[in-house]
Amino acid sequence: MTFRLDAAVEARGFDVSLTVGPAETVAIMGPNGAGKSTLLAVIAGLLHPDAGGAEVDGKILFDLAGGRPSWTAPHLRGTALLAQEPLLFPHLTVLENVAFGPRSKGVPRREARKAARRWLGAVDAGELAARRPAELSGGQAQRVAVARALAADPQLLLLDEPMAALDIHAAPLLRRLLKQVLAERRAIIITHDVLDALMLADRVIVLEDGRVTEAGPTRDVLQRPRSRFVAGLAGLNLVAGTLTEHGVRTAAGQEFAGQHDSATEAGAFIPGQAGVAVFPPSAVSVFLTEAHGSPRNSFPVAVTDLEPHGDQIRVRAGDLSADITPAASADLGLAPGMTVFFVIKAGAVSVYPA
Amino acid sequence: MAALGGLLVLLPVAAMAARVNWPQFIPLITSESSLTALGLSLRTSAASTALCIILGVPLALVLARATFPGQRLLRSFVLLPLVLPPVVGGIALLYTFGRQGLLGRNLELLGIQVAFSTAAVVLAQTFVALPFLVVSLEGALRTAGGRYEAVAATLGARPGTVLRRVTVPLVLPGLASGAVLSFARGLGEFGATLTFAGSLQGVTRTLPLEIYLQRETDADAAVALSLVLVAVAVTVVALSYRGPRRTGTAAGTTAARATGGGVQ
Amino acid sequence: MKSARRNPAALPAALLTAGLLATVLSACAPGAPGGTGHTSNGPGNAAASGTGSPQLSGKVTVFAAASLKSVFTRLAGEFESRNPGTEVVLSFAGSSDLVTQISQGAPADVFASADSKNMAKLQAESLVDAPINFATNTLEIAVPPGNPASITSFADLARPGIKVVVCASQVPCGAAADKIEGATDAALKPVSEESSVTDVLGKVASGEADAGLVYVTDVKNAVGKVEGIPFPEARQALNTYPIASVGTARNKELAAAFISLVTGSDGQRMLADAGFGAP
Repeated sequence: MTFRLDAAVEARGFDVSLTVGPAETVAIMGPNGAGKSTLLAVIAGLLHPDAGGAEVDGKILFDLAGGRPSWTAPHLRGTALLAQEPLLFPHLTVLENVAFGPRSKGVPRREARKAARRWLGAVDAGELAARRPAELSGGQAQRVAVARALAADPQLLLLDEPMAALDIHAAPLLRRLLKQVLAERRAIIITHDVLDALMLADRVIVLEDGRVTEAGPTRDVLQRPRSRFVAGLAGLNLVAGTLTEHGVRTAAGQEFAGQHDSATEAGAFIPGQAGVAVFPPSAVSVFLTEAHGSPRNSFPVAVTDLEPHGDQIRVRAGDLSADITPAASADLGLAPGMTVFFVIKAGAVSVYPA
Repeated sequence: MAALGGLLVLLPVAAMAARVNWPQFIPLITSESSLTALGLSLRTSAASTALCIILGVPLALVLARATFPGQRLLRSFVLLPLVLPPVVGGIALLYTFGRQGLLGRNLELLGIQVAFSTAAVVLAQTFVALPFLVVSLEGALRTAGGRYEAVAATLGARPGTVLRRVTVPLVLPGLASGAVLSFARGLGEFGATLTFAGSLQGVTRTLPLEIYLQRETDADAAVALSLVLVAVAVTVVALSYRGPRRTGTAAGTTAARATGGGVQ
Repeated sequence: MKSARRNPAALPAALLTAGLLATVLSACAPGAPGGTGHTSNGPGNAAASGTGSPQLSGKVTVFAAASLKSVFTRLAGEFESRNPGTEVVLSFAGSSDLVTQISQGAPADVFASADSKNMAKLQAESLVDAPINFATNTLEIAVPPGNPASITSFADLARPGIKVVVCASQVPCGAAADKIEGATDAALKPVSEESSVTDVLGKVASGEADAGLVYVTDVKNAVGKVEGIPFPEARQALNTYPIASVGTARNKELAAAFISLVTGSDGQRMLADAGFGAP
């Protein structure tokens, strides 16, 4: 009993396969234009893919593979969509909005309203029932939108950055609410926020350029990023290249010494295979002159930016960054444009196949 | 400049009101020919508004929601009566529905005669008023956007339900103001009616035609009737301004979302 | 500009903007010819014969009924060629429109009306000098080319199924039709009562109507578009055209000279050519 999708949209260079188990929540992450919203539109039936198929719990959503293509209309799919904007129907009251799904399925008015009150209670918005959407704050409206989506009893709940349009005070409240309601539900949530992925999702799927580039349990993906995008999300430095005995060699020929991460791969690696060297900014030291000593990585970089990061200063140099104390920064007299040396102990660098 | 613009509209109306023969006002506007013309104007404008809705709603839907080759061209043609002198519209209608006209010849064979009938007045009014309805409604449809409809569909609403419970209520204010503007335009229609429908008391002589004719002999009656027409038009337009208030609350929603998000 | 000053009652002068507006409005008013008609008083006496005098010069503005358009255009050309240095400015509209314009201060020197009734209005306001009748006009039946409904007489117009278009009683051509109808007790059932001859002709020319009642001269002007059928009953309503010099005319001599041309033998011959009857 799963949701399974395999779809291609040629015009957008989109080709994605994925499955979602019952009661599983999957986070979709990826840069802008990676195809995240396309994915939800295809699942909801708002966009017609060129090839592929999808089914949920044995029900065919679409099947374009066989000789006789089949297509289930959006309203018969059971895939409620919650977007960035609440999109509450402005001419209906909050209660009528939430009752919209049950009413559309033919539930009698009284029962639909009863269900709507129950769902409003579940999202802590029972007292808003009689209001018009225009009389709600952004956070209230999005909570009502959650209730409306849940009241439709979807087999798969689709959430497209539900927190993105909320201010920083309203977002945590909705996040806690979603954690409760998604616990027992199958859902796909698009997010840019690592916190959402960690808190709400069991698994994360990374989309880049219309393709799945990484997938796995959220914690694993974030701890062992294989792409610069995920490394950025996780706040880690990532250098890509080919694997060598002691680490990774970049395309430019630079050697990164590190520890082969053998916990899951049982130590097996093939030299010359694509791999990455990953290290946290806190493991990077900054010197004005080249430092040597075993076994260290030391290389010159041009400082591009300095910014506060917690109680540290983050020194950015292109794609790499180092976290140092403000005192150290002052001692070194750092300023953008300076050339400095980044020094990382080999023991702090994780190396594994990409 | 704004004041000058307002004056340009207000002053002539005020000047006209000043010339009204007030002691005779009621007898002038309640003469048999005046009442007949007013009644005919109201009836034909109502009929042409209904026709505008029947023809204009599908047209606006197609223009706002579909994409097809020639769409821009179609929109330009729909808007044509807005910029055409009404007399030209009347001539065009004459060559379409007239006795010798493109369709009129065939209608004649079926025993239907359009020219010199009240139907001709309604046709002329519909011709000039249709763009007002289509433009307002298309605007409303675009503002409402397809996103509410998409959400409704994912919540399990059939296309018919979406139309009935989401699309129609959302565009109703736009439809209402479009209908009111069409009605007002039909009420004021003169040139196309004169050219195409003729002028006969109780059949084709609407209020503007009556005013034009009264002016020949009885300026007082013409001025009094003009004021009646202004009063009716102002009432109708005032009614239509209750429409956009709904759109205003939609804008208010966005504002509330932007400012009131922190109030939980 | 002059007309605005001569007509101070039209708009409240207190507001500067309103005054500005009034100027703009009157400048835009139809029938007010562009030129202010500068007055150059030619020395010497104006020839009363209308045969031309070298002393005549300047501009004369003639307001004439719409039905006079083609013949007065020719008369104006004739006048200018006989009196080099003069210019005739013509403005055509319905007689009642012209009366309104003149009584509102439009700068006319000569007024030629299509009926005595409209002229009488200006006489009552003492805005014109004594008018002279210079032409008559009678109604004629206009039918589309080929006369599809085979109309031959006034009585034919009352045949059932015949679509007749007439002028409304409020305008002179309609009043004339009423008069004939009353005298002949043929009960016409017009499908439309238009407010101008042009609208009647339009309906007949396009074939919408089977027949219309217009003036002989209108049929002559619309040659090729409609055919005319004269009918004896038309004599019941003879329409007389008066012409008069406007009291405020700036060039009385020129106005008188133009009127002389119209009422003189050459003018009368040109009017007869256009279908008008003798006064």
